[in-house]
Amino acid sequence: MLSKSQARTFFLGGTLVTFLAFIGLTVYSLSPQNDQTNHDQITEGVIRGKHLWEVNNCMGCHTIMGEGGYYAPELTKVYERRGPDFIKAVLKTPIPWQPRGRKMVAYEMSEEDAQALVEYFQWIGELDLNGFERIVSPLSQDK
Amino acid sequence: MKYKSQKVAYWFFALAILLFSLQIIYGFIMGFARIGMDGLHEFIPFNTARAVHTNLLVVWLLTGFMGAAYYIIPEEAQTELISVKLAFVQLISLALVGVVAIVGFHFNYWEGRKFLEIPRELDYLVVVNVLLFLGLILGTLYKGKRRTTTALVLTMGLVFAALLYLPGMIWFDSQVTDSFFRWWVVHLWVEGVWELIMGGILSYLLIKLTGVDREVIEKWLYVIVGLTFLSGILGTGHHYYFIGVNKIWLVVGGVFSALEPLAFLAMALFAMYMYKKGEKSHPNKIALFWTIGAAIVSFIGAGLLGFAHTLPQTNIYTHGTLVTAMHGHYAFWGAYAMIVLAIISYALPNMTGRKRYNVNTGHYAFWLTNIGMLGMTVAFGVAGVAQVYLERKMKLDFMDVQNEISIHFVVLLLCATMFATGVILYIIEFLRFGQPTDEAVLGENTTEE
Ligand code: HEM
Ligand code: HEM
Ligand SMILES: [Fe+2]
Repeated sequence: MLSKSQARTFFLGGTLVTFLAFIGLTVYSLSPQNDQTNHDQITEGVIRGKHLWEVNNCMGCHTIMGEGGYYAPELTKVYERRGPDFIKAVLKTPIPWQPRGRKMVAYEMSEEDAQALVEYFQWIGELDLNGFERIVSPLSQDK
Repeated sequence: MKYKSQKVAYWFFALAILLFSLQIIYGFIMGFARIGMDGLHEFIPFNTARAVHTNLLVVWLLTGFMGAAYYIIPEEAQTELISVKLAFVQLISLALVGVVAIVGFHFNYWEGRKFLEIPRELDYLVVVNVLLFLGLILGTLYKGKRRTTTALVLTMGLVFAALLYLPGMIWFDSQVTDSFFRWWVVHLWVEGVWELIMGGILSYLLIKLTGVDREVIEKWLYVIVGLTFLSGILGTGHHYYFIGVNKIWLVVGGVFSALEPLAFLAMALFAMYMYKKGEKSHPNKIALFWTIGAAIVSFIGAGLLGFAHTLPQTNIYTHGTLVTAMHGHYAFWGAYAMIVLAIISYALPNMTGRKRYNVNTGHYAFWLTNIGMLGMTVAFGVAGVAQVYLERKMKLDFMDVQNEISIHFVVLLLCATMFATGVILYIIEFLRFGQPTDEAVLGENTTEE
């Protein structure tokens, strides 16, 4: 029968081995040659867009790459689906956007801020998401 | 209860319950918004309600864990807590940081990173607070006469939980790396170190409630937490399938996260087996219900419902839909909410000296919350599966689908009402116990294992 010290060894050993493997895989998947994100195309605008995405907690309603709230549409492919002008209009309007009854916050953004978010969405839209981009993409509707 | 300083736990439990009730109010706000009743949109838009709902959840659970530690550690270490005064300082500062964060969420003072919305400036205060907490716990253990496995596993869980908060505080320019390290906090908490905390509390409660030999219980505790880390660390990969990192995670995450239910299964079997084996029948039946209930419901909510969408072939369709919300509710409820309610139900009679062990209100609270939460899970699940088919398979527009499934949120709200009624009964019981007293400590004749 298993003894307490064997059980402890199982715990400590298993933890150590999987932890090291996890660190190894992290280094591997974040290394530049495995980049799937066009990391070099993260411009000032994209960074500013990400900042705005965070300070306004857009993720509290929308998902991006499938992460966020489930109250409002997935935005990974929004650039492709709607184009820059539509996106800017939604962000700049002073009255809540609510095309089908559900309200978004009226952010009344400046042109520069709206532009930064457009660039952010453009960058997000180009990511290689291991196939998920096809599930949420408008192009997959044709297939 | 044998040590006067254990009484400080009561105030942590009281704060936890208070935050829990606020959490539910914000749940209702979101539920109503989803059936078109969004009258509060101007003041509490959905993203505010959501941030408040989930952060209150995390904070009340952590407050409950802290209370549990202040209650359990002195008894396990057989010594008084090193400083009750500092424990109160820690409690009050925790409450203050929590209040500032929650109020801030209503004024766009936040950081929109799912589950980690607390802004970075406040994060530093959280760190200081948690360091104070850990100092008190570790100091007490160090001074203590006895070091038990139960205390060790519980403390390890708390220390690791604190360490893992740090990767969530780093700024990244890339949304992808940001997400990657956000999961080090969120996933490695709930599917890693929090399970140690849960295991520690569960083991303590089983020792007390069933009278089974400590050595036997603690041996299996090691096996359980061993299974947790063996599967859970690499299981983080199930969040890396579709966020722009290497495909290797589809294999690693798929295989290891599929093993994660084993730890929860082991926990459920462990609790039921010890209950059967125990020759002692502790009069606190309500605590026993919550304890065994936590072990079983966590297996269903985390183990079974987690497994249901963890393989990449399924997750590619369910990722980021209401299917996730279904699992999120039942897993958090079963594993962490129920274990906190279990330790509170166990500790209250001992701290207050009122042996309200088998009162009807307590039983109703247990059943109403559990049946209500099961109903809510089913409502989220049905809505989620419908969403997956209509939106992801048939490619209907997002809002068309949402309008189609809004009826399930009427059901959700009905079940949530039942759930909330149960919570109100739990709070009534909590209040009826009154405050802790020293007489309760001195008059206590706890049967030691
Ligand atoms: C007590 C333990 C657990 C809790 C509290 C919990 C909670 C959660 C929560 C809140 C989310 C949503 C995260 C987000 O999208 O930001 C989530 C996602 C997920 N959980 Fe769990 N979980 C637990 C255990 C498990 C287990 C054991 C498994 C697998 C067997 C699992 C599989 C998943 C998967 C695959 C997702 C991603 C869903 C998606 O792609 O949208 N969970 N969990
Ligand atoms: C009256 C009771 C409750 C109601 C009506 C309610 C409702 C909701 C709603 C509508 C959401 C947002 C889903 C979305 O983004 O669209 C949510 C999120 C969430 N709630 Fe609740 N909730 C309640 C109680 C609870 C309880 C007791 C817990 C934990 C034990 C909990 C844990 C969560 C979690 C973890 C999330 C995030 C899920 C995710 O992102 O996948 N809720 N809740
Ligand atoms: Fe996970």
